[in-house]
Amino acid sequence: MSLVLKDITYRYSQETAYEKTALDHVNLEIHDGEFIGIIGHTGSGKSTLVQHLNGLLKATEGVMEYNGENIYQEKYDLKSLRTQVGMVFQYPEHQLFEATVMEDVCFGPKNQGLTKEEQLERAKEALKSVGLKEKYYEQSPFELSGGQKRRAAIAGVLAMKPSVLILDEPTAGLDPKGRDEILDLIKGMHEKMGITVILVSHSMEDVAEYVDRIIVMDNGSVLYDDVPREVFRHYEKLEEIGLAAPQVTYLMQDLKTAGFEVDCNATTIEEAKAEILKLC
Amino acid sequence: MNIIEAKNLVHEYIREDEEGNVEERLVALDHMDLHVKPGQFISVLGHNGSGKSTFAKHLNALLEPTSGSLWVNGMDVTKEENILPVRQSAGMVFQNPDNQIIASVVQEDVGFGPENIGVPTEEIWQRVEKSLKSVGMWEYREHSPNKLSGGQKQRVAIAGVMAMEPKCIVLDEPTAMLDPDGRKEVLAAVHQLNKEKGVTIILITHYMDEVVDSDYVYVMDQGKVVMDGTPRDIFSRVEELKEHRLDVPQITLLAYELKNAGLDLPDGVLTREELVSELCRLRDSNPNGSEVKDNKE
Amino acid sequence: MLRDITIGQYYPADSIIHKLDPRVKLFGTVIFIISLFVFDGLPGFLLITAFMAFFIRLSKVPFSFMVRGLKAVVMLVLIASVFNLFLSPGEELVSFWKLTITDTGLKNAIFMTIRMVYLILGTSVMTLTTTPNELTDGLEKALGPLTKIHVPVHEIAMMMSIALRFVPILIEETDKIMKAQMARGADFESGNLLKKAKNMVPLLVPLFVSAFRRANDLALAMEARCYNGGEGRTKMKPLVYAKRDGVAYVVLMGYLVLLVAVNSLL
Repeated sequence: MSLVLKDITYRYSQETAYEKTALDHVNLEIHDGEFIGIIGHTGSGKSTLVQHLNGLLKATEGVMEYNGENIYQEKYDLKSLRTQVGMVFQYPEHQLFEATVMEDVCFGPKNQGLTKEEQLERAKEALKSVGLKEKYYEQSPFELSGGQKRRAAIAGVLAMKPSVLILDEPTAGLDPKGRDEILDLIKGMHEKMGITVILVSHSMEDVAEYVDRIIVMDNGSVLYDDVPREVFRHYEKLEEIGLAAPQVTYLMQDLKTAGFEVDCNATTIEEAKAEILKLC
Repeated sequence: MNIIEAKNLVHEYIREDEEGNVEERLVALDHMDLHVKPGQFISVLGHNGSGKSTFAKHLNALLEPTSGSLWVNGMDVTKEENILPVRQSAGMVFQNPDNQIIASVVQEDVGFGPENIGVPTEEIWQRVEKSLKSVGMWEYREHSPNKLSGGQKQRVAIAGVMAMEPKCIVLDEPTAMLDPDGRKEVLAAVHQLNKEKGVTIILITHYMDEVVDSDYVYVMDQGKVVMDGTPRDIFSRVEELKEHRLDVPQITLLAYELKNAGLDLPDGVLTREELVSELCRLRDSNPNGSEVKDNKE
Repeated sequence: MLRDITIGQYYPADSIIHKLDPRVKLFGTVIFIISLFVFDGLPGFLLITAFMAFFIRLSKVPFSFMVRGLKAVVMLVLIASVFNLFLSPGEELVSFWKLTITDTGLKNAIFMTIRMVYLILGTSVMTLTTTPNELTDGLEKALGPLTKIHVPVHEIAMMMSIALRFVPILIEETDKIMKAQMARGADFESGNLLKKAKNMVPLLVPLFVSAFRRANDLALAMEARCYNGGEGRTKMKPLVYAKRDGVAYVVLMGYLVLLVAVNSLL
């Protein structure tokens, strides 16, 4: 068991007129090797939640444990936690700053106190795993295309060799092809390197195909925490809180209403296709 | 008469070295033909880097064609004296909601355009009221844009354009940075302006589901128009779309896959309702077929 | 910390001060600042206090809200007073170790503290009752004549109002980039000054890049909306003097005359 949140509450601007409860008694367990999607409407607390996982935000109340250790205890090494729980922010390309892609990716390993050789080795490995070609390594990160920049930025986090990787809206602003490429990349990293992946998104359709567990956040609390098909069963409630189940879920419901005998659990095109072909 | 008429439109980005020698030529628009009739809702689809944003900037005279011709509302955009009138008749909404709101109060931002074109004070206020009401943001007129959601900011930006009373509005990926709610909000506002005020809309996007309701769709790749037709037309060409780095809505894709698997479905199914009724038709036309099970029977 | 600074914030209320023309408020603030440095002695001080109290009352901004703005400058005021207290020549009052307090030193320190506190309070009457946009409009109009000697008054005013709009956005952005770099193990807190400055690079470079990108986008958006400089522009809120503005000018002049009289007679 790697990450445990016990009764985590977080309030913004405490003791001022602007006080707002962003997280309200959240309890979660995130196990090694899981592939999780955290879904919620803007302002549901999903981004606040993930910023607790690597100690960027400290809960107002509650306890967070990483590998059995309370991260809020005195003298806990938060810096080392942050290298083990890597975080890729929304539009991560906006944090690139070095003169070359290689140097930028080395920034994380350098902060970990690794030697120059180790840094380079880590960086190369990370750049390779995000599929960035070698000819870009010595280029300025600002000259890359949008999709390449994002890969370079993700490599910057991967180079720290985290065992948990959190990605906040990693596909925002990308076109369909770019989106699929990044999601496939993340899936590959999960499968090949065995990293625990937490994907924050507001797109159910993106997430449904990839993750094995979905956590739905609403109003600072965990509303559902289950496998995708179980979560999508609540499509009416999801709609209510400004989220939607994948189109396929609705189709299956419609078919059922129209008198077809279908199993409404299909969440991906493949599953729906199999289900419909069974009928005809 | 067409409100937008592009013929053989070419745009090259030219990179020069310090001595002014041409270092690199990048063809962003490659002999593009496109025309739009007044009152239409047109979508331009393409992946990032397909040239669609470059094209959008021509419609607003923010970029000048390298060759070819472009007429907006009967005006040649290459003529210096037409630049301001063109910008007024083809308003532009950009992708990033934060970077296009100029003033610190919603209503003052909407008034910015009319101020620039010298509208008398009293009329500015009337236009601001009308435009904010047309996108449903009137209650927020005294707010600071910083406190609004992404979708609301984009609606303010649209109101800012509407206040200049344009003939058409060009929206360059207006929803790319928004969440699903914001996207719905903005699209609803744009469709409403098109229907109720008769404003011509040119929506530039890479989200396929946003173009389903448009009158006509152009698909761009490598600076060229590679496909054009009605949404149904376009969506029936799934393989071609994939080649151009686009994807089709889940329902259309499912229908396509089912058809490939041997079901007798039409091309380019756009909506859930359509697919359900098509599947019902299949079932009903074949009531004794042992494969079709119907729990009502 | 940043939230404590009330200077530059606007406090919405329905008062006569809020309604005054921004040019009057600018002029009034200048008069007030001048008066702070002209007065010398108790009578002047009393007059200024009465004047300020009167306007704070009229503005309907709670006094406690204004005082909050002082918190941010407490250190500055203290340092200035201490310097005055110990470093002014004059007749010795007390002396210990290497420090001496003189009579002029004591007087200067007291007056300096009052001046600085009043300066902040007085200016905040203006900033709290005037929206940033009104303020730039007022400046643009008041400095209008300078255009004749080729000062780009309109452009300066436009820049100011855009800057005001983007400050909160950039503050938020700073926070985001900071967190992103901290997630990569960056350290913005420890180390000596030089090291700290060096550690800021990963924060400042992306921030500048982002500011330039925003500036670029914004310039395009302004052009797209037919912005073409100040020429031929109309105003959504043109500044027109009302009767109350005339009255305010008279009050201000009266105040100035009174102060000079008090200073020279007593």
